[in-house]
Amino acid sequence: MDPDQPGPDTTEELPPELQAPPEEVVAVLAEDMHVATGTREPILESSGVSMVFGGLRALNEVTFSLGEGEIIGLIGPNGAGKTTFFNCLTGLYSPTSGQVTLRGKPMPKDPARVTAAGVARTFQNIRLFPSMTAMENVLVGRHVRMKQGPVSSLLHGPRFRRSEDEAHDRAEKLLAFVGLGRFSDELARNLPYGDQRRLEIARALATDPSVLLLDEPTAGMNAQETEATRQLIFAIRDLGVSVVVIEHDTKFIFTLCDRVLVLVQGELLVEGSPDEVRGDPRVVEAYLGAPPEEVEAQIHAGATTEGGTD
Amino acid sequence: MLSTFLSQIANGLVLGSLIALIALGYTMVYGIITLINFAHGEIFMVGAYGGLASMTYLLPTVITQRWYFALPIVLVVGALVSILVAVAMERFAYRPLRNAPRLAPLITALGVSVALQEAVRVFYPGATAAIPFPDLFIQGTLIIPIGDGVPIRYTGILLIVLSLVLAFGLERFVERTRMGRAMRATSQDRDVARLMGINPDRVIVLTFAIGGALAGIAGVLYGSYLNNINIDMGFQNGIFAFTAAVLGGIGNIRGAVIGGLVIGLVKALGGQYLPGGTAYDYVWIFVVLIIVLVFRPQGFFGETERVRA
Repeated sequence: MDPDQPGPDTTEELPPELQAPPEEVVAVLAEDMHVATGTREPILESSGVSMVFGGLRALNEVTFSLGEGEIIGLIGPNGAGKTTFFNCLTGLYSPTSGQVTLRGKPMPKDPARVTAAGVARTFQNIRLFPSMTAMENVLVGRHVRMKQGPVSSLLHGPRFRRSEDEAHDRAEKLLAFVGLGRFSDELARNLPYGDQRRLEIARALATDPSVLLLDEPTAGMNAQETEATRQLIFAIRDLGVSVVVIEHDTKFIFTLCDRVLVLVQGELLVEGSPDEVRGDPRVVEAYLGAPPEEVEAQIHAGATTEGGTD
Repeated sequence: MLSTFLSQIANGLVLGSLIALIALGYTMVYGIITLINFAHGEIFMVGAYGGLASMTYLLPTVITQRWYFALPIVLVVGALVSILVAVAMERFAYRPLRNAPRLAPLITALGVSVALQEAVRVFYPGATAAIPFPDLFIQGTLIIPIGDGVPIRYTGILLIVLSLVLAFGLERFVERTRMGRAMRATSQDRDVARLMGINPDRVIVLTFAIGGALAGIAGVLYGSYLNNINIDMGFQNGIFAFTAAVLGGIGNIRGAVIGGLVIGLVKALGGQYLPGGTAYDYVWIFVVLIIVLVFRPQGFFGETERVRA
């Protein structure tokens, strides 16, 4: 864990599902999943990505690069094109122009193959499978990594059993990792809001991603839950997964990310370390649209802006 | 008295499990793409003709004379013919309309239904009238020794047992396997399913294929039990099966089976005991449907709310 973050004295008061993932769970998971080399070599890149809807230019020539083991924050006012950018990265939209590459290879056009290639995401408005249990949601995430022949599935042959056992085992570990071990048989729609967000993360991790895209992971969460989510994202990074986070909560982003990108009206306005971005007057003006002194004071005081939809 | 009642129960269970097999196809297709596939009854009919064709034109007498060879082969042929027709129907009639308004595939389904009936009438030798269908199982009737004895044909017992086994197997498949979970995920949120690496087209084809296989098996069993088939059999039984699926809660596998059994029992018992006799047995089925839907519009097992977070 990052030494700069609040120590164990605060986490001890938290309910079990909000505490940082237990170390033994992280250890076994890291063994199951691939672990980053720590080279910071670019893994996910976009060059000159533009997206035009009718007359609206939602994204204009966005070029960025995510290094292995890096956490990047993507901020910007509502309607800046953040979610559109995620949709371009995951194949839900195919960009009007420009290219997205994963480990130097062009990103497949089909979302299913993007997932197979190692990019997973969560959604701004939670999109779990509501009538399936928490466990089943994670098992669906495992789909792309499972091998079951149709005949073996019908006859419950040895190959079928092996793949089911492996998937259940991994799903249990992932649920424990996000702090939902106790709720594995609960229907997703019956889980509290914060737990649904964590379940979405577990489901995304089940696809064995090398890149995880989180769309407003703390929207609607209280301070405790937000802190737990920060710890969770650090733990995910420690598993070897590179992370891109969209958030409105600037304090959250500045204390979480290695680098921050500011998107305004579809353009990449500023890119840099949290300190650089925080101090940049253009950002403060474009993003918050208020007199700089006042807003800067707010940011340093740790005020947060409300999450909304874009 | 008692034996009349019990033998009507037996009749009802036979008819009910047949309807349940067909209803599973309706309910699964609806669950995945919210389409009432009105041509599903014709898939059932085509399976019966396919099975009969293999019996009449394909298999040597060494096989047709021994039920333990003939029955499994004819069941498989019937299932394969139905799978083929169901998958082709999805590919060429429904897939191009996947994003069209809901009414377009529904009307197409009615058209496909008529086309299939006419195709069989034109191309199957002698299909302009009812065709005799051999009993493919052990001949004869078992008398269950209760009261004056309750008769049930061996083929009827086979129909009940096979239907329940298949329905149980299907439920396990959908609940516990990778593709089964993919089917449920696709029915709940197709876009997100795609992001989990699931290919929705493959899931939809699989759904039509499973529904087709069950309908084809039902077609062969129907012919074997009633000993003749005609091109209208799909329409009549398709309506019953659709009603069963709605009664049980459309989209729900267990509901389709229970719905089918209820309809079979209502038809048999209503024909025996209610005024009007068998002339009115269809009426009682729809009376039950109306009563159930007034008090439980979502059917026995249907979900009251579909939450989409």
